[in-house]
Amino acid sequence: MLTARDLCKRHGAFWALRSVTIDIVGGTTTMLFGDNGAGKTTLVRLLASAASPTGGSISWFGSAEPARARIAMLSHADGHYDDLSAMEHLNMAESLLPRVGPGAPPRRSPAQLLEDVGLSARSGSLVRTYSAGMRKRLAFARLLQKNADLILLDEPYSALDPNGALLVDRLLGELHSLGRTVIVSTHQVERTAKHADNAIHLSGGRVIWTGLASDAPARVVAAEPG
Amino acid sequence: MEPIAQCFTLARKELLLQWRTRARFGSVLVFGVTALLIFSFAVGPDSTALKAHASGYLWLALLLMSTLSLQESARLDVQNGALEALVLLPVDGRALYYAKALVNTITLGTLGTLLVPIVAVLYDASAKEGVGLLVLSVWLGAAALVAPGTLYAVLTSRARAGDVMLPLLLFPLVVPALLGSVKATEVIMLGDPMGRVYSWLGLVIAFDAIYWSLCGLLYPLLLED
Repeated sequence: MLTARDLCKRHGAFWALRSVTIDIVGGTTTMLFGDNGAGKTTLVRLLASAASPTGGSISWFGSAEPARARIAMLSHADGHYDDLSAMEHLNMAESLLPRVGPGAPPRRSPAQLLEDVGLSARSGSLVRTYSAGMRKRLAFARLLQKNADLILLDEPYSALDPNGALLVDRLLGELHSLGRTVIVSTHQVERTAKHADNAIHLSGGRVIWTGLASDAPARVVAAEPG
Repeated sequence: MEPIAQCFTLARKELLLQWRTRARFGSVLVFGVTALLIFSFAVGPDSTALKAHASGYLWLALLLMSTLSLQESARLDVQNGALEALVLLPVDGRALYYAKALVNTITLGTLGTLLVPIVAVLYDASAKEGVGLLVLSVWLGAAALVAPGTLYAVLTSRARAGDVMLPLLLFPLVVPALLGSVKATEVIMLGDPMGRVYSWLGLVIAFDAIYWSLCGLLYPLLLED
C-alpha cells in the first residue's frame, strides 16, 4: 500500500536520504530506528507528503498522488496555534475535514478525543498554557480525529511523562487492532518493538537493515559502543 | 468540504487569532501614529505644506505598518508548523490564501481608517470629496498591499532575515497601487475639480483584481516543499 523507490532528499549540500527503497504492507506497524541524523524524520516527512523528494518516487495506495485525507502525521512541530484552545483546534478541524462517507466508521467527537488523550480538564485553555506533554497529547487527538489509513509518527514518546508513554502504547495497540498502517520513527526501540511487526534500520540516510521488529533491539545493543 | 466553506472556517479562525493577539494590533497602531507625528515634524508648522503632504505620509505610515502586520500574521501560521498541519489536513491552498488575505485586509483597513482622524488633526487635512470616499480609498489601497503581501510574508517568514526580505520584495511590487492610492487620497482631501479620483481608484481596483487572482493561484504552490 506504500512503496518508495530510490528515494533521495538533499538539504543544500547535505544528502539526508540516499536511494531508499521500502515496501510497507497495509495493516502493519513498521518501526524506523537509527542514530540522530540517520534520515528518519526526512523519510517520515516524504512518506507523509509533507516534503518532496529530490529523486525517486513514492506510491500511496497505488497512486503517485498522495491522498492526504487518508494520511496523518505526528511530527516534531506539533502544528498548534498557541492562541487557540484544544477544543477550538478540534472543532476547526471537524469543519475542515471531508465528510465521512457512507459505511465508513464515524469520527469520534472532539470531546471524546480529548477524553481519550486525557485533556478534557483543560480543553478550553489556550495551548500556550500547556506543557510540552500536553501539547503532544493534543497532537495525538488531532491525529486520531482524521481517522487516517496511513499514520506516521515521528518520535511519539518524546516529551511525555510515564502516563503519556503508556497512552502511546495504548494508541499503537489500538491502531494495530483497527488494521491501520502505522510507521513509527523512534529511539525507544525496545518499547516500540512490542507494538511493531517490521523494522527498518537507517544510517547515514540509507537503509542498512530490514527485518522483524522483534529482532531490532538486539541490533541496537550490538551497535552500542564498548 | 468546499473551498469556499473552508475559507469561511479559516477566516473565523484568523479573526479569533487577531482578537486574541490584539495587543499587537495596538502596538502597530501606535507605531503608525508615531510615524505620522515624526513626518509632521519633518514638514514643520507650514499648514499648506502639511495639507499637501498628508496623503503621502498617510500611505507611507500604512505601508510601514503593513509589513509589521503581515509579518505577525504569517508568524502565527509558520510557528509550530500550524500552516503545514492545515495543508496536510488537507485544506485547499486557495482557501488558506483568501481567508488570510481577507482578514489581513480587515486588519490593515481598520488600522488605516483609524489613522484618518489622526492625519486630520496632525496635518490639518479634510476630506473635501467626502469621508466615505476617503475610507473607500484606504480600504482599496489596503487590499492592494495585502494581496502580494500575504504571499510574500509566508515566503519570507521561512527564510533567514525574513524581516528584511519582506519590504525588499513587497515595496517595489506595490508601487503602482501606492501611486494610485496616494493620488486618489490626495484629490479626495484637497478637492477634485477635474474629476480624477475615479481614474486613480480605477488603477488601484485593477491592481487589486490582478493580484488577488494571481496570488490566489500562486499561494498553493508556495505551500509545497
